[in-house]
Amino acid sequence: MATAFSPAKLTVTLPLHGSHQENRLLLPIRLPPPSSSFLGSTRSLTIHSSRRLNYSNATRRSPVVGVQEVVKEKKASNTLLITKEEGLVLYEDMILGRSFEDMCAQMYYRGKMFGFVHLYNGQEAVSTGFIKLLTKSDSVVSTYRDHVHALSKGVSARAVMSELFGKVTGCCRGQGGSMHMFSKEHNMLGGFAFIGEGIPVATGAAFSSKYRREVLKKDCEDVTVAFFGDGTCNNGQFYECLNMAALWKLPIIFVVENNLWAIGMSHLRATSDPEIWKKGPAFGMPGVHVDGMDVLKVREVAKEAVNRARRGEGPTLVECETYRFRGHSLADPDELRDAAEKAKYAARDPITALKKYLIENKLANEADLKSIEKKIDELVEEAVEFADASPQPGRSQLLENVFADPKGFGIGPDGRYRCEDPKFTEGTAQV
Amino acid sequence: MLGILRQRAVDGGLSTSFLRKTRSALVSARSYAAGAKEMTVRDALNSAIDEEMSADPKVFVMGEEVGQYQGAYKITKGLLEKYGPERVYDTPITEAGFTGIGVGAAYAGLKPVVEFMTFNFSMQAIDHIINSAAKSNYMSAGQINVPIVFRGPNGAAAGVGAQHSQCYAAWYASVPGLKVLAPYSAEDARGLLKAAIRDPDPVVFLENELLYGESFPISEEALDSSFCLPIGKAKIEREGKDVTITTFSKMVGFALKAAEKLAEDGISAEVINLRSIRPLDRATINASVRKTSRLVTVEEGFPQHGVCAEICASVVEESFSYLDAPVERIAGADVPMPYAANLERLALPQVEDIVRAAKRACYRSK
Repeated sequence: MATAFSPAKLTVTLPLHGSHQENRLLLPIRLPPPSSSFLGSTRSLTIHSSRRLNYSNATRRSPVVGVQEVVKEKKASNTLLITKEEGLVLYEDMILGRSFEDMCAQMYYRGKMFGFVHLYNGQEAVSTGFIKLLTKSDSVVSTYRDHVHALSKGVSARAVMSELFGKVTGCCRGQGGSMHMFSKEHNMLGGFAFIGEGIPVATGAAFSSKYRREVLKKDCEDVTVAFFGDGTCNNGQFYECLNMAALWKLPIIFVVENNLWAIGMSHLRATSDPEIWKKGPAFGMPGVHVDGMDVLKVREVAKEAVNRARRGEGPTLVECETYRFRGHSLADPDELRDAAEKAKYAARDPITALKKYLIENKLANEADLKSIEKKIDELVEEAVEFADASPQPGRSQLLENVFADPKGFGIGPDGRYRCEDPKFTEGTAQV
Repeated sequence: MLGILRQRAVDGGLSTSFLRKTRSALVSARSYAAGAKEMTVRDALNSAIDEEMSADPKVFVMGEEVGQYQGAYKITKGLLEKYGPERVYDTPITEAGFTGIGVGAAYAGLKPVVEFMTFNFSMQAIDHIINSAAKSNYMSAGQINVPIVFRGPNGAAAGVGAQHSQCYAAWYASVPGLKVLAPYSAEDARGLLKAAIRDPDPVVFLENELLYGESFPISEEALDSSFCLPIGKAKIEREGKDVTITTFSKMVGFALKAAEKLAEDGISAEVINLRSIRPLDRATINASVRKTSRLVTVEEGFPQHGVCAEICASVVEESFSYLDAPVERIAGADVPMPYAANLERLALPQVEDIVRAAKRACYRSK
């Protein structure tokens, strides 16, 4: 079996839109015709055929260097992909994501958390791989599966846990909930429940970076990373934004977390051409496919995409092949997915893979990693205690923050603005 | 002097051209004497956007045909030439996409003015107006406010058919987190649009295509670049004591004409121009109803769950004992807008309908 870093599983990049010549040389990938109209999960394992590797000849002329080549070079010169510090940062972040989500599941079954909770177990490599390369002023926009994106971006575990418990100390003071993690300080712009909704918002945030730089003449190299799933790639807004981002060369990275399932709908049953990375070049941007269960590969691709955006060269579409170990949400019985498929991906657990890499390459020893795990366990326990001890929002919070300018509640019967009525702030006024 | 001229015309012998010349001379003489300037609603909106863009570099305009085409209804005329393509963006036909991009830019602190060619097209983007814009300040507990304006023509035009004629005031006004404005005159248009662009919250600005070309007198104060009207305050266009007529947008003109007709019949109607649908100025409406004891609400949109329904409910809740007659509700017909001109006329409220309703309200007492 190929090791985690064998080139056979790596990416293929496509030429930038300028080089249309190369595009025509690419042969379309055709999957073998389905034997039945129901394409069960076993099909998904055959997508990554070796035919993909033939493209390397066509792409060698492109200005975007294929990650294949980068890794080959690095391997050849025996340089490691990360330093010890970086490795430990990545490990800690992924362990935080995993422990936090496991604790969420526990708390949900104990009734402390309620509503819709969507867990990220198994996909940590994507979040860590991308977000750990960003600065504080770069923006991240996500979907309802946003706890780990918020944590990677820097929102404290306490704030996220309190938000999930619906307490006033949460990052949105209990008003957002699991699906709406916002943090202005860390530029986490949500948390959207509708799939595809975050993509135009992310494109707008990228637009504002470019506007600040070019119109307001401020120093602004901020990029935006938009995370969304395979189901979203069939939604119209996705295409509208691919078009406009490429048209206006916006500093955005579109990251598809393709975990092959949209609740119970297999990606292959829902999509005419399941290879999402191909949709990038159709709009004039590079489309990259990467093994999303391997944080170091994701990180390499992310570096290239983020640097491209910072240089002003425009957007990139990155498809990460990943898998969620749990169901769609904590209410999902997860009956449609094949046990064999789950086992196959469980064997490719990103945390185990990174651990193996760190130890094999002598970047860290068992003791270091164990101490990180212990530290994170304590952190998450402490976050739960903090959230438990925090108070619920006061009654007056119900009417707060509907408007930035609360005069939007209008004029009351006494002729004054309602927001000036003292009863309003106590939450007892009639509106 | 006009009376003498009219006499002469009746006597015959005066050519029509002479009459026209003298009449126009009189008209211009009258306007010079009054000193008031006139401005079309189109120019009012254009000047408002222009002034706000020059005052704040974070304001930009985005929409279909707003740039090179000078605006589908010429509202953004001249802005591309003045501010360049970096502040006036012609978008592809992608409402959901560009509305979302506007919202995302507003999250990051810019101030977009997003134009919908008509508000019917906003239905393609309504998820962003409501879920990403209206609810964000609340969901983020005040961290992320959305200073965006969604503007465009709303309601029926002339013969444009069912899919281009719906009024969205009721839909948007039911959503907490949005402010919904509907100007009538040029002064309303200028003042409210400037207030909307400066406002830190999402504002849905409902214009009316048929009003764009209409001219209204405008005061010097309204022409000043810092002029702003308060959001949430209705205007009493005409004082009266017998019946209150509340309405917004194009129907204000119809209500004023109806008030003239009612005055001939001895009924003094008070006409209220709502200006702001959300927040609704319930105080002014109720104070007026308590004065007149009768209410006629008029709107162009579909009747069920409309703006008029909300006003009726508000008045019944707060001023029930003051009412001398049941509240009269005049709205568009409960049908998709037909195309044929005569059917279209039947499907929309006309001046006669308002007059009849007011008379019904007045005769019902005793």
